[in-house]
Amino acid sequence: MTITVHPNHPDVTEEMWDKIDTIIQEYKTIPGSVISVLRLSQNNVGYLPTPLIDYVAVGMGLPSSQVFGVATFYSLFSLKPKGRHIIKACTGTACYVKGIKEVMSHIANKYGIKEGDTMEDRRFTLEGVRCLGACGLAPVMIVSEDIHGNLKPDEVVNILEDYK
Amino acid sequence: MSKNRIQLMLCGGTGCHSTGSKKFEAALQKELEAKGLADEIKIIETGCNGFCAVGPVMLVQPEGIFYQKLRVEDVPLLVEEHFLKGRPVKKLFFVEHASKESIPNMNDIPFFSNQIYRAMKNKGAIDPEVIDEYIARDGYFAAAKALNDMTPQQIVDEVKTSQIRGRGGAGFPTGMKWSFAAASPGEEKYVLCNADEGDPGAFMDRSLLESDPHAILEGMLIAAKAINARQGYIYCRTEYQLAIRRLEIAIKQAKEYGLLGENILNSGFTFNIDIYQGAGAFVCGEETALMRSIEGKRGMPRPRPPFPALKGLWDKPTILNNVETLANIPQIILNGGEWYASIGTERSKGTKVFALSGDINNIGLVEVPMGLPIRKLIYDIGGGVPDKKKFKAVQLGGPSGGCIPEHKLDTIIDYEEIAKVGAIMGSGGAIVMDENTCMVDMARFFMDFIQEESCGKCTPCREGTRRMLELLEKICDGHGEDGDIETLEALSEVISQSALCGLGQTAANPVLSTLRFFRDEYEAHIKDKVCPAKRCIALLKFEVDPEACKKCGLCFKACPADAITWKKKEVALIDKDKCVKCMSCFDKCKFNAIF
Repeated sequence: MTITVHPNHPDVTEEMWDKIDTIIQEYKTIPGSVISVLRLSQNNVGYLPTPLIDYVAVGMGLPSSQVFGVATFYSLFSLKPKGRHIIKACTGTACYVKGIKEVMSHIANKYGIKEGDTMEDRRFTLEGVRCLGACGLAPVMIVSEDIHGNLKPDEVVNILEDYK
Repeated sequence: MSKNRIQLMLCGGTGCHSTGSKKFEAALQKELEAKGLADEIKIIETGCNGFCAVGPVMLVQPEGIFYQKLRVEDVPLLVEEHFLKGRPVKKLFFVEHASKESIPNMNDIPFFSNQIYRAMKNKGAIDPEVIDEYIARDGYFAAAKALNDMTPQQIVDEVKTSQIRGRGGAGFPTGMKWSFAAASPGEEKYVLCNADEGDPGAFMDRSLLESDPHAILEGMLIAAKAINARQGYIYCRTEYQLAIRRLEIAIKQAKEYGLLGENILNSGFTFNIDIYQGAGAFVCGEETALMRSIEGKRGMPRPRPPFPALKGLWDKPTILNNVETLANIPQIILNGGEWYASIGTERSKGTKVFALSGDINNIGLVEVPMGLPIRKLIYDIGGGVPDKKKFKAVQLGGPSGGCIPEHKLDTIIDYEEIAKVGAIMGSGGAIVMDENTCMVDMARFFMDFIQEESCGKCTPCREGTRRMLELLEKICDGHGEDGDIETLEALSEVISQSALCGLGQTAANPVLSTLRFFRDEYEAHIKDKVCPAKRCIALLKFEVDPEACKKCGLCFKACPADAITWKKKEVALIDKDKCVKCMSCFDKCKFNAIF
């Protein structure tokens, strides 16, 4: 079944819906590909609003409950909007031993966001993520696509100020 | 192909990327062109070299000179002195921590010279994006041998002879696993590679995939022939984008060369590999959960039996091997199982890759023979603990593992010996902790991790880990009571005996292991309300010990909240109303005067 009417949603433009249609068409026949479809859709929109999940479910011919089940199980997926820049602070053991806790509390104090929060103007989202595998640089964070290593708690804000 | 006078093997691993290897490469290329050297000297971006602590690093071949901590500013000097005048630049050599001696040649640096390379044999030696370079180092020779000259039974026997055990953590004999799947009836079978490296502090699989992706493909191809599978999947963490990109390139090139696809090397054998990106769930490292995830479902484990060798992916016979295990397979086939088994201990053969990190000088990736004492790993290869601090423990095996204290450091690297001291070999994360690490806080950290990653399917893990976390938080917050330790022990026993999968069954290990060797720290938290390592903020008073204070003022300068008053030659004083407990003063004080 092809859906021609795209749901209305403030964060999903008509172009994004078209892109999502292409993704669904490409993966529809591949068994077990719903995780890939959700990942690519999220890359496109930034997060997974409820109507989008429903739309994917219909498009893939799966029950909504199953697609929701997948979207809420994996930490990659977010059902809430995220900031323009996502701060992924590594909470792996090496980073923990080297003081990521202090780094994160400096960020939290400066921007008024706790772990998991997004700033009201959607500038930053602060996330504590699983080991990034860059333990040689501990403590580490990724901002947008850039890796910053050997962080010092009192210098972390200087790095972040470059991201507007 | 033109011959180059010098080849510059510049590390392009994630670690060196983030310390600026790309910028350095661009600057170096420009300078080489400006000096007219671009035809004779070639820069080759390799996979992870392993010595992440001193990145970006570069090996000058054929001389073997090793440069470290390279910066764009070093480019003109390096080109002028070394590449034009032939005088290696001493200030960019590695300096040994203990002796302060500069070492020019890579093979003389203890970090490298104490290693034996098998799984990592091509690390830093080839361009991982060029299949010819892999082939030039005997790549796909083992696959050719397996496909054309060996029967599936012979392959399984060779792997059995090598006695290699699963490098993902549990240490199940690989040959045995293959023989079960080979014997399973059915036309449709699968070979899976577990690249969902989730243990915090482990990054060997990422590095192997980034530096030598074809070795993994070749290992899978050989496994496919052994069990007669047509399709393989690499389940890789989506966070490892560089590894995924290099795998994609490798698969494409292998197909172009007829090394994947139909009728491979005219043997009549067909095999394809697809990459499957995980979506962030630690439990998906468990084999049955991983298979559910590839099927597009919630990644929850199921009870075994039936084992995947009988009913795995899509209920078909399946084998799942870890990246490092697969990287060893081509060499086992090429050189023979006996060659592989020639090093190691009685029950643990070959080598193991470890990711050294935490409070250790030489952070990075190392491959060592089984049987090496852990002390040598930490001190000879790892260079010991920095800043003259005291070694406290090394954590092996991630959230399923345990801590090994100073007096057990002579334990050798061997699956059984490590288990005897309450840790596990695990996937190879080795996180060193110095005296400033609180072991109760460490146990709390791991329990927090497990509790969050518990998939929620079975009650002992879902509820039990939460109760344990609550108890540990209570102790760290200074509200510990008599009997808490005993409750933790009782919960540990119940969870390990009744949880469904490996994640739950081993969830209590970090608590049990810290209780075994650091029980006094738990008791200090509970009875005296003191954190001996000064990490648990709730148990700190934020006061200055006037006798220990050397009146240096470092804490005063570090305080972001203006909560410290200090004048020259006077003891510092902390105003508790202004103090935000950020720990800056603790970090700066060299005399342990703040408590």
